Amino acid sequence: MLPRAETAHWLFAGGFLFLGLVVLAEAMVGTDVFRRRRWRAYLWPSLALSAGAWLWLIAIFSTFSTLHLLAHSVWAQAATAAGAVQLAVVRGRLHSSYWSLVTAGALFVSGASFLVHEQNGWLFARSAFLHHLIGWTLVVSALFPVGAAFLPRRAIWAYGFAITWIAVAVMLFADRDIAPIFGHLSDLAGGAR
Amino acid sequence: MNELVTSRANPAEQARTLRRGFRVLAVEALGPITVLGGIVWAFAQPYRVTFFYPEGKGFWDWAVQPPLLVVLVGLLFALVVAPGIVDDLESAERGDAPAG
Repeated sequence: MLPRAETAHWLFAGGFLFLGLVVLAEAMVGTDVFRRRRWRAYLWPSLALSAGAWLWLIAIFSTFSTLHLLAHSVWAQAATAAGAVQLAVVRGRLHSSYWSLVTAGALFVSGASFLVHEQNGWLFARSAFLHHLIGWTLVVSALFPVGAAFLPRRAIWAYGFAITWIAVAVMLFADRDIAPIFGHLSDLAGGAR
Repeated sequence: MNELVTSRANPAEQARTLRRGFRVLAVEALGPITVLGGIVWAFAQPYRVTFFYPEGKGFWDWAVQPPLLVVLVGLLFALVVAPGIVDDLESAERGDAPAG
């Protein structure tokens, strides 16, 4: 009854797409307007914490490979840490803009984890390609929260952060367990072709 | 003041109104654009929608159909999140207190 990996990835893609839309709307109208209703302010930390909880669940079931178990645990830990810090920021417990460096660290570690745990080349199969692409996207996008930490008044960081999640959602929606990428599919990738 | 000489505040006010109108439009458009994206995707890759190819499909194939998931996310944003943001954007411009 457990879903296939691609099914779990599509579910996360849906969550990331919603997160991207929420954060994009916040970038468009500004934080002051966006947080005029308290529940909206809690959307992004609660989505991050939910993602962390689900990733821990997946980590429990990722017993087919130690590398996958470790990767999912790293993503779960990163999402939980970013969500917890953002929750404290929204509740007014933390004030410094430098706390967004935690989000930057979470993005960087998550991206690095994608890159480290994918042992095949870019064109091995579609999933390998997407691991590389998502990994580099997350590593580079860590610059957005870094920018928000040091230049918090610039809207570009919020737009970049939002577009990142929409892009990651698109990439995850494109994922298939076994499928070619640009016509390439390694003989070692397995599965019927 | 006459039709040739106007207050200097007017162009600034007009620009502010235009900017607010654009932001309202942009926030309101996010949901429908997402829904449209999901519908276009469903037509472009119908094999990713289980309703079109139901033979031999299991629970998860029915529960998670990527293009329909995109439509669902767009609807959720358009119906639950966007209306409140637009209301608050307009009330903030009027200087109303936050709704809480």
